[in-house]
Amino acid sequence: MSDHNITLAEDAIERKTTTINLGPTHPATHGVFQNIMELDGERVVSSEQTVGYIHRAFEKLAERRPLYQITPITDRLNYCSSPINNMGWHLTCEKLLGVQTPKRVDYLRVIIMELARIADHLICNSIVGVDSGAFTGFLYVMQYRELIYEIYEEVCGSRLTTNIGRIGGFERNFSNTAFTKLEKFLKEYPVALGELESLLTRNRIFMERTIGGGPISAKRALNYGFTGPNLRAAGVDYDVRVHSPYSSYQDFEFDIPVGKTGDNYDRFLVRNAEMWQSMRIIQQAYNKIQEFKGTEAEVYHADVPEYYLPKKEDVYTKMEALIWHFKIIMGEVDMPKGEVYHAVEGGNGELGFYLISDGGRTPFRLHFRRPCFIYYQAYPELVKDSMLSDAILTMSSLNLIAGELDA
Amino acid sequence: MAISNEYIQQKLTEKFGDQVFNFEETYGMLSFEAPKDLNLKVMQYLYDEPSLGFQFLTDLCAVNYPDDAGRELAVVYHLHNLVENTRIRFKVFTSIATPDVFTASQLFSSANWMERETYDFFGVNFVGHPNLKRILNVDEMDYFPLRKEYPLEDQTRIDKDDEMFGRG
Repeated sequence: MSDHNITLAEDAIERKTTTINLGPTHPATHGVFQNIMELDGERVVSSEQTVGYIHRAFEKLAERRPLYQITPITDRLNYCSSPINNMGWHLTCEKLLGVQTPKRVDYLRVIIMELARIADHLICNSIVGVDSGAFTGFLYVMQYRELIYEIYEEVCGSRLTTNIGRIGGFERNFSNTAFTKLEKFLKEYPVALGELESLLTRNRIFMERTIGGGPISAKRALNYGFTGPNLRAAGVDYDVRVHSPYSSYQDFEFDIPVGKTGDNYDRFLVRNAEMWQSMRIIQQAYNKIQEFKGTEAEVYHADVPEYYLPKKEDVYTKMEALIWHFKIIMGEVDMPKGEVYHAVEGGNGELGFYLISDGGRTPFRLHFRRPCFIYYQAYPELVKDSMLSDAILTMSSLNLIAGELDA
Repeated sequence: MAISNEYIQQKLTEKFGDQVFNFEETYGMLSFEAPKDLNLKVMQYLYDEPSLGFQFLTDLCAVNYPDDAGRELAVVYHLHNLVENTRIRFKVFTSIATPDVFTASQLFSSANWMERETYDFFGVNFVGHPNLKRILNVDEMDYFPLRKEYPLEDQTRIDKDDEMFGRG
């Protein structure tokens, strides 16, 4: 800035800041986010977020719903990785009910959860590319998200809001088609991911746009309650999968990628590296699953008849199964009393479920620890003094999901 | 190497005597309670004491117990020591008539919005909070919807006209 010799009048327009409304429906925000930003030219002086546009009172709804009716609610939190939410919820229920799952179920769950993580990171990273001007990668990797969705579809019948799994396992065994599609994914996806990386990682435009944008120190990130890739990009190797393993994550060998500066570029790199680690985990889990022989290879749920829904064909033909189906869905089996906090590593951080049961049919209180609600409050600090277009990039690189933010 | 729950309990009892009470272990997590005007002192101690070091606020929320006179609202903090990988749950109870609890937002920046959310849904008045206003609900709302006195709509009610929704 070389304006030392210019004397501006007190009310000159150059002295004034502009207040703009970014969102709530601006296409660049990728969701319902509103920011009221004070700009000096193109530089952000301050910003204030408004959240709650798609608040649906999940915590209140959950107080009237038995366990199985809450699973579809969790779908709608982070809808880019619904299976992780579903399984996080089922794991919470299992912890409360004391259900032990067989190893094969754990490994199948790990496969689905890691696929969901890849789908989540894939969207986030390619959107960072889009916001910095590279649309190609986004359109290109979409077909692999499609392949992941087809695997979900084989397992549970739906794609986006999956409602996958049951308390104790899965609704059905993985079909051969599911495994064929998984093999196809394992074979083809590394190529595509490599191409996405070669498109962006050392791309000069991309690097100059992202390096140094929206940085946060490890100390501030911890104080702000960051978790997941955003915290790891700041250099803290906290990962729920390693710190409090659930669903037999301790059986797998994988690394926790960390960054250093916590800026947009590091967040991008950490997510990319995590996708490679997820591929490693899926491959190991798939190998382990193939080791099960005989009847063990048919196990896809724990033996918990009080909470695991009977088979659909039995429900339609047998009275006993019909009664149990009804009882479980309507929650006529009382839960034990207790307070449980269970966390899983969601797509964008530690997704926690704090469930208080007073021994009734429905939770007395259910609180979701939504990672992006907690770290979004750091946004004004991240974008202060940056350019408006970098503020957009920071928003997409934080992996904010409106559904989770507003619960 | 996790810190044992007994050690945490022992350290807290040494420091605060019988001001910290109701220690229990639910599903492996130590849970305890303190009077509400001590909440910051307890958390500051947990934060500063080198052998405890609970420096990460995982979660903050409230619970409404309508039948517990004088202790209707509980504010629940989930704290985490990331180095030793130990979690604890800390609760303070307050009456619904004077729901004043000191804010933790000076100690943890993450508490800012979580306290706003708790205020929004339960009406807990966080004393000293820099910007205590509604966050997820509309500003005009004049009640605190997650309190138990507001039941979800009774699904058997018959006074509602559903004709417009094809259910008439």
